[in-house]
Amino acid sequence: MKRFAKAGKKLIAAALTLAMCLPAGGCGGTEIIGEITVINYGEYLDPDMLDKFTEETGIKVNYEEAITPEEMYTKYRSGAINYDLVCTADYMMEKMINDGEFQEIPWELFKYRDNIGDKYYEFCRAFDPENKYSLPYFWGTLGILYDTTRVNGPVDSWDVLFNGEYSGEIVMQNSMRDTFMVALKYLGYSINTDNPDELREAQQLLIDQKPDVQAYLVDEARDEVVAGNAIMAVVYSGEAYLGHEYNNDLAYVVPKEGSNVWIDCWGITRNCEHPEWAAAFLDFLCREDVATVNFEYIYYSTPNERVIEGLDDEQRADASLVPPEDATDNCEVAVQASDEITALMNDLWKEFKSE
Amino acid sequence: MNENEVRSSKRAYLAGPYALWIAVFTILPLIVILKYALTGADGHFTLDNMTAIFSPIHVKAMWFSLKIAVGCTVFCILLSYPMVLAMKHLGLGRKSFSLFVIILPMWMNFILRILAWQMILSNNGILNLFLTKLGFEPVQIANTSAAIMIGVVYDYLPYMILPVYTAIMEINEDLIEAAKDLGAGSFTVFRKVIFPLSVPGLLSGTVMVFVPSMTSFVISDILGGGKLQLIGNVIEQEFTTGNNWNMGSGLSVALMVFVLISMAFTVKNEDQGRESVIW
Repeated sequence: MKRFAKAGKKLIAAALTLAMCLPAGGCGGTEIIGEITVINYGEYLDPDMLDKFTEETGIKVNYEEAITPEEMYTKYRSGAINYDLVCTADYMMEKMINDGEFQEIPWELFKYRDNIGDKYYEFCRAFDPENKYSLPYFWGTLGILYDTTRVNGPVDSWDVLFNGEYSGEIVMQNSMRDTFMVALKYLGYSINTDNPDELREAQQLLIDQKPDVQAYLVDEARDEVVAGNAIMAVVYSGEAYLGHEYNNDLAYVVPKEGSNVWIDCWGITRNCEHPEWAAAFLDFLCREDVATVNFEYIYYSTPNERVIEGLDDEQRADASLVPPEDATDNCEVAVQASDEITALMNDLWKEFKSE
Repeated sequence: MNENEVRSSKRAYLAGPYALWIAVFTILPLIVILKYALTGADGHFTLDNMTAIFSPIHVKAMWFSLKIAVGCTVFCILLSYPMVLAMKHLGLGRKSFSLFVIILPMWMNFILRILAWQMILSNNGILNLFLTKLGFEPVQIANTSAAIMIGVVYDYLPYMILPVYTAIMEINEDLIEAAKDLGAGSFTVFRKVIFPLSVPGLLSGTVMVFVPSMTSFVISDILGGGKLQLIGNVIEQEFTTGNNWNMGSGLSVALMVFVLISMAFTVKNEDQGRESVIW
């Protein structure tokens, strides 16, 4: 809801800017030296920042949007438009890096690269081992959303889901990969394990847990906690932040054993003829003032440490926006599993669901 | 060719648009499904995808689906006969109004109605609020097979009532009068006259209730909380998370065969030498 309202406000702002610019015949009178074409998720960048960039650099931005990584990829592959810059999800970055769709980012041209914390580049190494192709943009975690008024003690471990204390009050994700991740992390294994025994152990854990689970849901998981039908649910941080907006008693935690992180990144495509312009745009996005505006527009966790330093205390204490250091230490990015492991996981999941 | 035959062959063209529709949106997809079902991931011919229906997990899901489908059909029959008999003697206006009330929920999106049931049945839902207000213990129906049963019965009941209603309304009142004249009580009239003559409606109602409840998966996902697995859920999972379209198609075909066999069995056993009416 809030995002719609925000979008409306932005629309008015954009219209006003346009109205102010028209009589003058161009904003600020910046001379256009070139243009870049960018594709990003919808509502994933404050549109004012595009004008600001053009004003500062003279590089015009043709801005395209896609709803899902798959849609972006289809648009990209169709070749109708030559994209210079792409923003997409970790698994799609992995696929496109492996397909050779990106060129190396000219890091030497960056002034603000170090505004992005090292650990986020570390996350990216899961799919970009030498940090050549990807610049972290926004990220989030899988964790537990819970009702602070109905828990008996601190919630900081996946253990609360498995120790039977909250029997009947737990909502898990009805999604194979996400639910296996929870069990694997609780057991101390990697979420990207290719060891069948570890997967079987995780399956057994989930089977044992099943009587305690109220329901396996996807989109409604958050709502069940908001409505008070369940005490806790496994959700992604973006969902948790929204849940918080509806019900102030809710809190979100990334358990100390670690979890899954997703990370959306920028990459420069191999077709980009002026990587220096693309790099200028990416550097601009890393700059503190720009990154702060974008953060306030989107409200996902930002990898930009300068932005985090500038947050007020309340926001910084909200784990759905800024997960604490120690929690994310054990987090991992999910990478594409091999076909055999996917097939095995699928069978184990089916077995578990039929218990 | 006599005049009638000419006329009917001309009329056959009128079915053209519908035939095209069926060809593109039913026959063609079925062929595609069949192709997937009969090939493995490597593109070679195999029957494994279809015989996989006999693996323990699938048999279990199938058995649960069958229980839900049979239960749903029985409940729908038990609910619709008294309803229809009650409607039988109403005046025209009240009869139409009753029909309208029965059809009314079908104006609303199916998913929304099931989500509404979720809100009614959930732990802190409307039903439990009501019960606790009246001083009763709250009930745990959400995420059980009972919730799924309520969902399917609610959703498919109109498909039973309407054909049974049509069949019973068609019964000539003279037959009932004659039976009464010969000394039959109400129950005997129902047993010997009304029920046998309503069988065609009952059969088409059964087909329309049994088949969708056997193959549903959204209701079990939402009202069963994803804890209970119907064969429809298994198939859906093969297509989505499993990304194994061959297996999903194989199971779908096996399920279709099973449904066709069970339907043929019902119809053959109870065929009264009359075409069954749908509405």
